[in-house]
Amino acid sequence: MKILVPLKRTADPDNANKIKIGAGGAKIETTGLEPKANPFDEYAVEASLRLIENGQTKARNAGDKLTVVSFGPKEAATNIRQALAMGGDDGLLFLSDDESLDGDLVARALAKVVEQQKPDLVVLGKQAVDGDSNQVGQILAELLQWPSATFAMSMELSADKKTVIVGREVDGGVIKLKLTLPAVISVDLRIVAPKSVANHVTPATFAYPEGARFTPLPMIIKAKAKPIVEAPLASLGVDASLKSKYLSFALPPARKGGVKVKDVAELVQKLRTEAKVL
Amino acid sequence: MSKILVVAEVSAGKLKKTTHSAISFARLAGMPFDVLVVGHGVGAAAEELRAYGAGSVKVADDARFANYVGEVFAPTVSEAAKGYSVVVVTASSFGKDLAPRVAARLGAGFASDIAGVEASGGALTYKRPMYAGNAIATMQVTTATQVVSARQSEFEAAAPSGGASSIEKVAAVDAPLAGRVEFVSFDEVKSARPELAEAKVVVSGGRSLKSAEGFKTVLEPLVDVLGAAMGASRAAVDAGYVPNDLQVGQTGKVVAPKLYIAVGISGAIQHIAGMKNSKVIVAINKDPEAPIFQLADYGLVADLYKAVPELTDAVKKIRAEG
Repeated sequence: MKILVPLKRTADPDNANKIKIGAGGAKIETTGLEPKANPFDEYAVEASLRLIENGQTKARNAGDKLTVVSFGPKEAATNIRQALAMGGDDGLLFLSDDESLDGDLVARALAKVVEQQKPDLVVLGKQAVDGDSNQVGQILAELLQWPSATFAMSMELSADKKTVIVGREVDGGVIKLKLTLPAVISVDLRIVAPKSVANHVTPATFAYPEGARFTPLPMIIKAKAKPIVEAPLASLGVDASLKSKYLSFALPPARKGGVKVKDVAELVQKLRTEAKVL
Repeated sequence: MSKILVVAEVSAGKLKKTTHSAISFARLAGMPFDVLVVGHGVGAAAEELRAYGAGSVKVADDARFANYVGEVFAPTVSEAAKGYSVVVVTASSFGKDLAPRVAARLGAGFASDIAGVEASGGALTYKRPMYAGNAIATMQVTTATQVVSARQSEFEAAAPSGGASSIEKVAAVDAPLAGRVEFVSFDEVKSARPELAEAKVVVSGGRSLKSAEGFKTVLEPLVDVLGAAMGASRAAVDAGYVPNDLQVGQTGKVVAPKLYIAVGISGAIQHIAGMKNSKVIVAINKDPEAPIFQLADYGLVADLYKAVPELTDAVKKIRAEG
């Protein structure tokens, strides 16, 4: 089985409150924020590895392959390399300025990559933590006319690897869908819970550590030898025009700092007489 | 002529409150609008929608729409959307799944999870939170047809405006992908409490509650005496104290109730993204340095195991006095 994981380089989401707005609201400045792989995409890498290995022995299933693809600046190779250190086999980087990309263009470009690479599964994060759009998986699935599932919190690959049952975390509960491969799956946080991925190879009793795996030094060294092919975005032959335009950016209105109350009695009194919410 | 198509959300035949936020969007955009209901056994829902000032209520009622499957809904919605300049759906998990599919099928630009709309010179301009709400973009979609998903917490539920829109039947369109995606089950989390996104009061708990039992014995009495919805931080959800769908944050639900009470929540950026537009924020935490205090209107530095039962008793007393 061949899995393609798209991965976006984003500014450190844990410091997103430190972004600045450039002069005149022209752009969002992320200077000083460490560029990291979009956490949801990192979970997509982790979940994909769990599909193609024996979790207990860490042996890879023969013939299976994980390719990581990114769109962005040259530096994004670093983030691809990290995913290869986790266990990805090779990488593709289509060079472009971040400003020239949006989710729609990335989805159209990915459709071309899928034509070339012919994966059985595209697994990606449900949204990038910078744009927060949550759209690429859905658009890609429509362009490819592949079945898809969003908000994936569990995956169960059938023994014949022809179908996957995906648990979708939706308002009010969990919907399970059975997809016939090839398919697109966009993953949510819980996809990296200890037993969220089943593949008929990893023993049912085996529990992964929570979250994306750490990359020990030997894996990092090994990843240096793995191939990352770089090419201009234009080489995919996709129309680079965007369907939306961003006019300006602003910081959200700051909340006025409140007061500290000394006890519950004062809190109740303020909520009644000042805020009038009790 | 510019016209908006509002896509309604129904669940088991019942109209969901999310729909009313999408209607609010249409009213704010200041264009005539129709409403589309796709589902099975949705006659009553369609009837209910006649009172909101839509030109018509379009209804695609078919057994194949009994459960939401994006691949099955998207062709019918896209076909019905032809001739409209804007298609809007509320950014619930239904809308987030459906809207980009419809945009892709129509070749339309998509504005996701918008928090505001302004009409000027015949064009719509949107406000979009990005970076977990730490930046607000002003943007436009440049294609002739545009698809929008609207954030429920930013568009107050529309009230009926009277009148009786006409009802128009819409044929279900065949979905070529239907044979490759099968609906297996929906495990519903049933709760007698209000839905998080719709509640006027939300009480959320963090990891300091230490267990499912902690939520039950300490937090729930306060939730229930306030008639509130219960929420949680990601840490509490990850620890398994409460079900996933109670998570408030960038991932999870975005809420903006009249009163938000954060109990034992430190205030990670991802959590703040989901609640900072609440009208009044109360934080109870024993760590005076917790970042949540920077945005709380009222902060109480205290042991939650003592303060929360005290607060519950005080509210009970107020309620008893009427």
